[in-house]
Amino acid sequence: MTFSEMLGENGDVRDCYAVVQQWVEETGIEGLHRRLGEAEAIFRRIGITFAVYGEGGDPERLIPFDLLPRVFTAMEWQRLEAGIRQRAAALNAFLHDVYHRGEIIRAGIVPADIVYQNKAYKPEMANFSPPGRVYSHIVGIDIVRTGLSDFMVLEDNCRTPSGVSYMLENREIMTRMFPELFARERVAPVDNYPSQLLRTLQEVAPPACKGQPTVVVLTPGSLNSAYYEHSYLADLMGVELVEPADLFVDEGLVYMKTTCGPTRVDVIYRRIDDDYLDPLAFRPDSLLGVPGLFHAYRAGGVTLCSAPGSGIADDKAIYVYVPEMIRFYLGETAILQNVPTWQCGRQADYEHVMAHLAALVVKEVHGSGGYGMLIGPQASADEIEKYAARIRANPGEFIAQPTLDLSASPTLGPAGLVQRHVDFRPYCLVGRDIRLVPGGLTRVALAEGSLVVNSSQGGGVKDTWVLR
Amino acid sequence: MLSRTAENLFWMARYMERAESTARLLTMGQRMTILPGATMRDEWRSVVQVTGCEDVFGRDGVIRESDIVEHLMLNPDNPSSIRACLGRARANAKSVRTALTQEMWEALNEGWRKLETYGVADARRDFAELIDWVKNRAMTFRGATESGHLRNEGHDFLRAGGALERAQMTLRLLDVKYYVLLPETEVVGGHRDHYQWTSVLHALSGSRAYHHVYGGSYSPRQITDFLMLNRQFPRSVLYCFDQIAYRLQRLAHWHGTRTAANLRSEEMVETLSRSNSDEIFVRGLHETIQGKIVQCNRLGLEIAEAYHFG
Repeated sequence: MTFSEMLGENGDVRDCYAVVQQWVEETGIEGLHRRLGEAEAIFRRIGITFAVYGEGGDPERLIPFDLLPRVFTAMEWQRLEAGIRQRAAALNAFLHDVYHRGEIIRAGIVPADIVYQNKAYKPEMANFSPPGRVYSHIVGIDIVRTGLSDFMVLEDNCRTPSGVSYMLENREIMTRMFPELFARERVAPVDNYPSQLLRTLQEVAPPACKGQPTVVVLTPGSLNSAYYEHSYLADLMGVELVEPADLFVDEGLVYMKTTCGPTRVDVIYRRIDDDYLDPLAFRPDSLLGVPGLFHAYRAGGVTLCSAPGSGIADDKAIYVYVPEMIRFYLGETAILQNVPTWQCGRQADYEHVMAHLAALVVKEVHGSGGYGMLIGPQASADEIEKYAARIRANPGEFIAQPTLDLSASPTLGPAGLVQRHVDFRPYCLVGRDIRLVPGGLTRVALAEGSLVVNSSQGGGVKDTWVLR
Repeated sequence: MLSRTAENLFWMARYMERAESTARLLTMGQRMTILPGATMRDEWRSVVQVTGCEDVFGRDGVIRESDIVEHLMLNPDNPSSIRACLGRARANAKSVRTALTQEMWEALNEGWRKLETYGVADARRDFAELIDWVKNRAMTFRGATESGHLRNEGHDFLRAGGALERAQMTLRLLDVKYYVLLPETEVVGGHRDHYQWTSVLHALSGSRAYHHVYGGSYSPRQITDFLMLNRQFPRSVLYCFDQIAYRLQRLAHWHGTRTAANLRSEEMVETLSRSNSDEIFVRGLHETIQGKIVQCNRLGLEIAEAYHFG
């Protein structure tokens, strides 16, 4: 049975939701709808939209926002936080290892081919240590819940996880519209995230930097779907938001073009994929990018956050080994479990998956954003057959997981509160220290029974409360 | 500041100013067509001539209000149309979000797609309301800029762009008067001429201010004096030139270097401030205006070069 975030296991409103429950009763469903309309008007005016590729209609859509917060108790958060920090540390240790001696491979824990044959593995990074040995500076860890104390990691995001602006804006809107709620409940603040991010980025300044490092956010441009977030973070950190054409490299150092002439740049929080960073190092056919950037990086003239090649750690084929990584590098037991996963590249797993397709969720190893998935229980026989053909053609490209009964959170529906499935993405910052603000982004699948929470697939977002 | 940011700020202000100016120009054209004795033909043609889009309409034939509304208000491909200006101002703003305050962004973002939904018939029906709406958008943007924007170099680029565009539009509006040929039965200084001159003042929201300065009487020379040379009226050409020179001096101060744009802007102020309306009429109003427009264009290019615009 689906675990209800609000009603727990026995149907009584959990203590941590008492304030929310009372507020809903006082405001009434009609009142909530009216306030939701106001919230949407604010979002649109501020310009918090995301672009959806390949669709007609409004080119800048609002991500649906749900008024009812998702609540964690202090105890729950304590455990989540420990698990998240542990995972972020292990993933970074893994990255350093696979770009150096590869001890975990020599020890026979992770197979060599899924690392070195992986498209996300960048041989250009071999034997280079980024400042502080940090590769992934912002680790987004997607966590799902299936019971009162059952939390599992669905996937890791080590490149440039997006969505943190929603965490900040959702809270901003909630405090602006419902200050009385925050007077009644002790909710831990999240608004120091930008300053923590800036500190993290400053801590990993390159060897060539003397004095206060100059940090910039690098965006592909205003047509990118996450552009709002790029500008928002640059704004809150008080740093420049640059496009590739604003940067150039000279004698191993990176400069931005300003009205005063060239100005040195030390740390680049880049929101551009590896392939488009530097046409000289990665894709020669790319028109984007800053020629010579990667060379400047390796020469210690600039720091790229995250490091090129960090994607190897969040690959779905690597995911299954994360609990063992934690044991190998940290000598600890994983606090947060993985979802049981079958790798179709293994014969025994392959047979199991093919025999149980109707009960499983199958994903492409390199896919993201909820695209290209098979959700067995919701698929027709025809869809399953077509998907099976794809797996047969290339088993190594797929993994399968049981269909998880994600926890459900109360959500405002047209006629009243409804239960909708949610997940959770916290953002862990890794510099010289590991930092984590108490909160994250709760995504909600707005269609009844749906398990897909991605914003590109009709998911919405909620404010997330960690109680003190 | 990034050169790209400076350029975007400069142009954002220009586009907002241009949207407002085009709205004012349309108001003036419409007012002229309903004046006693209007031919319903030359009035709109003069508007077309000063916006430099006569080619679109051809040199002969009647230009109707619906054509004008289509082209100058709604046509997304005409860079002077209100819709295009609002869209471009917002696109510029979007790519330099970090250099704007939240309120400035909101002023540009709110209702930016409103004109997309309008056809010519609806736009003519709601003409006055739409013109007011456009002016309000521009005023809200300026108000948000005035009350919240950091007085850093970006602010100077923004204000320099706005002042440059405004100077050009006052020049153009004055030039409309030149293009409106008087009917043969009318004499210069007659009733109709008088109405046309006052239309220019009206379009620039300068009627009341004019009376404060010159009392109750209108004369072409006084109106020209007011719109070209008055240093207190914020839409006069000299006032705008003063602003531009001041903003460019501040920029020179920020960067510790004076540029060709400083020299030119100061010379533009110097020349105009030594002039008077008699001299302008002797030389020819139209010729004077054309000369100033050319100077403004050159100044724009020099600013772009001095601060490494793309």
